[in-house]
Amino acid sequence: CHGLEQGTGVERRGEGVELEEAEGCKSKEAEIKRINKELANIRSKFKGDKALDGYSKKKYVCKLLFIFLLGHDIDFGHMEAVNLLSSNKYTEKQIGYLFISVLVNSNSELIRLINNAIKNDLASRNPTFMCLALHCIANVGSREMAEAFASEIPRILVAGDTMDSVKQSAALCLLRLYKTSPDLVPMGEWTSRVVHLLNDQHMGVVTAAVSLITCLCKKNPDDFKTCVSLAVSRLSRIVSSASTDLQDYTYYFVPAPWLSVKLLRLLQCYPPPEDAAVKGRLVECLETILNKAQEPPKSKKVQHSNAKNAILFEAISLIIHYDRWVTPPSGAPPALLLLLPPPPPSVLKVAILAEKYAVDYSWYVDTILNLIRIAGDYVSEEVWYRVIQIVINRDDVQGYAAKTVFEALQAPACHENMVKVGGYILGEFGNLIAGDPRSSPLVQFNLLHSKFHLCSVATRALLLSTYIKFINLFPETKGTIQEVLRSDSQIRNADVELQQRAVEYLKLSSIASTDVLATVLEEMPPFPERESSILAKLKKKKGPGAGSELDDGKKDPNAEMNGGVEPTASTASTPSPSADLLGLRAAPSASSGAPPSSGNLLVDVFSDSPSGTAGLAPGTEENFLRFVCKNNGVLFENQLLQIGVKSEFRQNLGELRVHCSQLNVQTKAVEPLVEGGAQVQQVLNIECLNDFTEAPLLNIKFRYGGTLQNITLKLPVTVNKFFQATEMQSQDFFQRWKQLSLPQQEAQKIFKASHPMDSEVTKAKLLGFGSALLEKVDPNPDNYVGAGIIQTKALQVGCLLRLEPNAQAQMYRLTLRTSKESVSKHLCELLSQQF
Amino acid sequence: MQFMLLFSRQGKLRLQKWYVPLSDKEKKKITRELVQTVLARKPKMCSFLEWRDLKIVYKRLYASLYFCCAIEDQDNELITLEIIHRYVELLDKYFGSVCELDIIFNFEKAYFILDEFLLGGEVQETSKKNVLKAIEQADLLQEVSKQFFD
Repeated sequence: CHGLEQGTGVERRGEGVELEEAEGCKSKEAEIKRINKELANIRSKFKGDKALDGYSKKKYVCKLLFIFLLGHDIDFGHMEAVNLLSSNKYTEKQIGYLFISVLVNSNSELIRLINNAIKNDLASRNPTFMCLALHCIANVGSREMAEAFASEIPRILVAGDTMDSVKQSAALCLLRLYKTSPDLVPMGEWTSRVVHLLNDQHMGVVTAAVSLITCLCKKNPDDFKTCVSLAVSRLSRIVSSASTDLQDYTYYFVPAPWLSVKLLRLLQCYPPPEDAAVKGRLVECLETILNKAQEPPKSKKVQHSNAKNAILFEAISLIIHYDRWVTPPSGAPPALLLLLPPPPPSVLKVAILAEKYAVDYSWYVDTILNLIRIAGDYVSEEVWYRVIQIVINRDDVQGYAAKTVFEALQAPACHENMVKVGGYILGEFGNLIAGDPRSSPLVQFNLLHSKFHLCSVATRALLLSTYIKFINLFPETKGTIQEVLRSDSQIRNADVELQQRAVEYLKLSSIASTDVLATVLEEMPPFPERESSILAKLKKKKGPGAGSELDDGKKDPNAEMNGGVEPTASTASTPSPSADLLGLRAAPSASSGAPPSSGNLLVDVFSDSPSGTAGLAPGTEENFLRFVCKNNGVLFENQLLQIGVKSEFRQNLGELRVHCSQLNVQTKAVEPLVEGGAQVQQVLNIECLNDFTEAPLLNIKFRYGGTLQNITLKLPVTVNKFFQATEMQSQDFFQRWKQLSLPQQEAQKIFKASHPMDSEVTKAKLLGFGSALLEKVDPNPDNYVGAGIIQTKALQVGCLLRLEPNAQAQMYRLTLRTSKESVSKHLCELLSQQF
Repeated sequence: MQFMLLFSRQGKLRLQKWYVPLSDKEKKKITRELVQTVLARKPKMCSFLEWRDLKIVYKRLYASLYFCCAIEDQDNELITLEIIHRYVELLDKYFGSVCELDIIFNFEKAYFILDEFLLGGEVQETSKKNVLKAIEQADLLQEVSKQFFD
């Protein structure tokens, strides 16, 4: 590197030495001393008798600027800088302009002089001088400058004889003035000529003009609407150009990326073009961009992929912008469906990118559903399996997903993949939106069934499964659905799979009791494998070397199950549910399909060394709380492993299946929904001897990469798991309620709602908690009333509950009445945390 | 773009370009806070971060110089990263493998080059050739004037 400017020779070197001295100063005081010495020197030079020549003036003004940029305040030199403006030496002017743009001074006399100098330079017809002046105005952008020049600049911009470099600067200068003083910029007459700049030969001019137009059209869209077709043709030309066409405007094999991004931004200010030719061109353009995104990269450099992806993201923004515009909520067919068929792998990448950059999962769900809506044909199975996987694993997005697919299915021309995803999601979570009459069970069923005959065999099979799930979720639909299943077109269907499903489901719905049906059709448990199958597919494509970086650590899990506390038989509330936790069911049932490293798994169920000294793993409390109202879910996950639990309870007995899944393994696809990975399952049988408040602890120890890892979790066994729902009539309820009127038998809590106060969700939670939901008991229909019996070996505790919501205040009042004080308190505590 | 800052590992400001009107006091405050925030970032962290109501895009050059841009929420951060890269390329080409000292001792050149590339916070000219041509013109003029007028 060289610190010397060409052509300035000795002088600069001298200056450099002084500057270096300032830079090299050891202490702040020394630096200030040195600076002050220099300032005094410059001051004297400026005040001196001899008029300074331009060159020296420039030198000292430059030094002053340097000192200012070091962080010291400067209170002189402006006059000299302004003087430099009127020099006809370019470099002197340059320094003058730089000084006054950095050290803006509001002295009116100076402003007058500065504006005068600018005026002269603008009128000089010397392009380099004009640019200097324009840069200055753009850098300072003061009101005074706007007043002086706002009308002059548009003229320069559109004049035929203006040089390209001046046009560029004029456009952006005008933009700056418009941003700070919009009232002073007269656009009217210049509008069409400004738009016409989009056709300019010079790419730099177009680049600057697009920025200007994008800003101006926001206030006056109509005035600038002709820019749309011009922008489209420009974009089209860029996107379809070979890398050699645009020469210096090609950036790492990507043609004019900045301009492309700007044009795509401009198009986002307007609705999709109505003109068929323009629309067609635009579609081709977007297609090309999406195509290119999935082509093998022309360069390994990150600049290449950044530039390509920047364009891709802006294109996707545009597509999403159009989609919103073209698809009114009434469900009219999205015209964009017809516009855009991108090829499969790019959709795959978009899906991965969407997941990677997802800020929250409802955004991700939206994006994937949009993708399906727009490019349904090309959404591969991996993509929609993945969205289902995510929805199933995250209860916070289930209701949203149900609502969104329901709305999406309303569209008359709905892609089959949307029916698949919708069918699956409604089958699992349709109950979350069933409370709204617009999406009642029968409405959901009819909606799905209306698409039935349009779908392929595979989709119809999926829908049949959804129908039987509906029978389970919504008994009122049983009759209607059975009719459908019974119909000839199903049970005599030519396709064996469909026929079989129809017959079996029909039979199942008629003979199975509600309990059995419920068990068979229980909500899908969360998927243990965290690695995206989409990612796995991509990795597979890339070859074995593309595996995760962690798979060299041989996993050696040595899981220890630990009760952690003593069992007692006393009537006081006790911590542990059961001594059976230790030492029973010695043989763990390991699941199949695990890669060799899991063969080192040892499960020591007999160990009773308490290792509860390890604190609870972080984040487990939240997961634990989620299990209060449901029996299946993910209890813990980190980068190494995921622990899921599936549990069942009957009376005072329970069975927990705890499975540990090892993550970050090179996967081979076993089935699309659940990617293979080391998984170990442990079955725990639980007996509740007495009511309890503390959950048992699970401690897992394993070896990973040579170090011993230790995780302690709370087992999701809470006393309400042994809650047996009890139906009763209103008068019975109130009789019992009165019987439990001692103060110690009641626990009450008033709390703020931490989740949206959705009635269906609340009911589902109460049912999940174990209570029966009693209708027509509370005179206020908004309140929830429940009843049940806690079953323990030692005793049974009758419980009554009442939950009163206050939607306006977003609060609840929860009242529990049971025959045992500790139970009332604990249940109240547990339940209040669920809302 | 709202502003661009170049600063060293020690937090010394080497270049400051403000594209929005702010008082000196505000500029100092923003500089101080942002420099602190960016310097605290670890090497493997993402080049993008949210700060106040802006997005910050930054890049570290030769482990000693930070190039930091503040853009608005709706701006495209990936392309901003490439703006930084392009600016570095321009400096590199002009100075012949740029280093921090170049920017210190020829700070005015750094500003002139920036003004040819970006103006008012927007990308003006993306052709490397054109930008450098404009700068070299100035040097040429100086050369000429030295010969004739000294």
